[in-house]
Amino acid sequence: MQPLHKLETPPLPREILLRIYREMVRLRTLDERMMTLQRQGRVGFYGACTGQEAATLASAIALEKSDWIFPALREGGAMLLRGFPLVPYLCQIFGNAGDETKGRQMPSHMASKSVHQVSWSSCIGTQLPQAVGAAMAAKIKGDRTVVAAYLGDGATSEGDFHVALNFAGVFKAPVVFICQNNHWAISVPSSKQTASESIAIKAQAYGFGGVKVDGNDAVAVHAAVKQAVDKARSGGGPTLVECETYRIGAHSSSDDPTRYRDEREVEQWRKRDPLDLLRGRLQSWGIWSAREEDELRAKVLEEVNAAIAEAEKKPEPPRESLFEDVYSVLPWSLREQREELLASPPAGKTSQ
Amino acid sequence: MPSWNIIQAVNDALRVEMRRDPRVVVLGEDVGKFGGVFRATLGLIEEFGADRVIDTPLAEAGIVGAAIGMAMYGLRPVPEIQFSDFIYPAFDQIVNELAKLRYRSGGQYSAPVVIRTPAGGGIKGGHYHSQSPEALFIHTPGLQVIYPSNPYDAKGLLLSAIRSDDPVIFMEPKRVYRAAKGDVPEGDYTIPIGEARVVREGRGMTVIAWGAMLHEAEQAVGQLPELDAELIDLRTLWPLDIEAVVGSVSKTGRCAIVQEAPRTCGFAAEIAALVQERCFPRLEAPIARITGWDTPFPYALENDYLPLAPRILHKLRELKDYEA
Ligand SMILES: Cc1ncc(C[n+]2csc(CCOP(=O)(O)OP(=O)(O)O)c2C)c(N)n1
Ligand SMILES: [Mg+2]
Repeated sequence: MQPLHKLETPPLPREILLRIYREMVRLRTLDERMMTLQRQGRVGFYGACTGQEAATLASAIALEKSDWIFPALREGGAMLLRGFPLVPYLCQIFGNAGDETKGRQMPSHMASKSVHQVSWSSCIGTQLPQAVGAAMAAKIKGDRTVVAAYLGDGATSEGDFHVALNFAGVFKAPVVFICQNNHWAISVPSSKQTASESIAIKAQAYGFGGVKVDGNDAVAVHAAVKQAVDKARSGGGPTLVECETYRIGAHSSSDDPTRYRDEREVEQWRKRDPLDLLRGRLQSWGIWSAREEDELRAKVLEEVNAAIAEAEKKPEPPRESLFEDVYSVLPWSLREQREELLASPPAGKTSQ
Repeated sequence: MPSWNIIQAVNDALRVEMRRDPRVVVLGEDVGKFGGVFRATLGLIEEFGADRVIDTPLAEAGIVGAAIGMAMYGLRPVPEIQFSDFIYPAFDQIVNELAKLRYRSGGQYSAPVVIRTPAGGGIKGGHYHSQSPEALFIHTPGLQVIYPSNPYDAKGLLLSAIRSDDPVIFMEPKRVYRAAKGDVPEGDYTIPIGEARVVREGRGMTVIAWGAMLHEAEQAVGQLPELDAELIDLRTLWPLDIEAVVGSVSKTGRCAIVQEAPRTCGFAAEIAALVQERCFPRLEAPIARITGWDTPFPYALENDYLPLAPRILHKLRELKDYEA
């Protein structure tokens, strides 16, 4: 585990640094609250980003508003950074009528066209060729759009990963692959996922550059991703950025990591908490104080709690909404099935 | 006799067969040290070692493709696909390769691979953790498809599946993985592939179900004794126990099929066609299908999606009252 490399002066404007930090604190708070709600049975499932906030947010902030994001499991929070409001975001997690995506998917599958962030598919790796296609389309249309394609270390084993990198290289697509190497894919360590010396090196085989950065150092993540985004935007083609980070928590609320990994490893990584690292930098540059920290924590907790209270009030989506959006026009078969459902007795809660 | 749930029964079947037959290997994501995300392979790596219980990289096409190669070379692989919703990255390997190996080699090679995969909804898993894709595999010549509903059948059928010389898609009903408990004999026993089980005899109508929905159908028919329903648990979907089905419908004259997968081109449609071809003169009412809707599997409204007992009962009353 490398020490944080020293920086005498801020490499970025103060507002950007503070914005990254505030968003990181908000996401940490949100994840903690959601894990609690999940344990209380108020939320069905949750996959937290804890420990990976720098890799997620300092990368997303390097994009322009019109750029697109194809996320993996842990990048939902990037939507908030891009201006998506908290209440409908939470409604997705509750799966209720306040969710723009109509309660159709499990938590962690939030998406909104308004911020150009598409829905994650649980099916690992499928987003990657799609991201390349979107980037190819931007290039064909002559747009400046860059596409960010996120993935985990586990996803690098899927065929879709290799297909995507090959297409990106062949077509010089304006796409940036951002791999969150958090060392684990559920119980499988990244050392068993690949025999390559790194994930970044895989880009070479597809004819473009890969860089590996300290994924817990927000400043380093931002610099690497910004450079890759600028390169893509100016016609230089794709880059694979590997952010070396760590999944501090369980894979998801359904997982128990004590069964397969050594708690001492987790402790080591806790010492490199991305929030602590960035706060340390901000303080060393004299742009953040203990008082500001306290104020921020209190404000964020209040904001999150108020949003939870509001989101949780929303009702279930209506039964008939089941049949919407399968097609643009409801075919006869679904019209009949809708009638059949409405004529049957309600099923109520799961019987088990 | 121990009382076990389906996960324990599957786990025990794997252990029994791995002890008996050194050719049997297990492979998949998280199946080793972790013992599988549902714990179905718990303890196997400790007993049989990492050569026979293989944690693979995250790649379903790799898992199934490698299993085919292993089988051709003489092993008996039992790959696990973590959720049947994630079987599609391996679809080509299964449909074009696994299913057809015997045929396209003129019978020289076979691929005795058993793909175990938790299937079906009811765990608030949304579209990617709930699908029941059995029809896709039944539609593929060369595959056997098994979908037990209880621990006893799960163990006996898994043992038969591993000993079968042809590939099997072995679907495990995760909604009742832990809830369906029952006595399971220790040691070796098998249930023949292709034999349905009459859960409850009756003369009023035949109700056919499998997997998790068997329990919903059982609840529904139990609620209304006047239905006098005969309930059949198919257990093996393909090859279908055609005699059990035809025999029962010939007796009752009415038939309902419960299936949690979407309706159109689901297995219930095939069963309805077979019954209609064979029992036409005896039928007193149109064959009823009680199914999931032709929509993706939803998160929020999953109990409205699934054909649970209240909806089954509603339809069975209609079937009972039907007069031509
Ligand atoms: C195609 C497919 N196979 C299996 C799974 C089950 N699964 C969900 S997440 C996961 C591990 C993902 O690891 P990684 O890509 O490193 O992402 P991380 O969870 O570490 O963020 C697995 C195996 C899945 N969702 N999709
Ligand atoms: Mg990972």
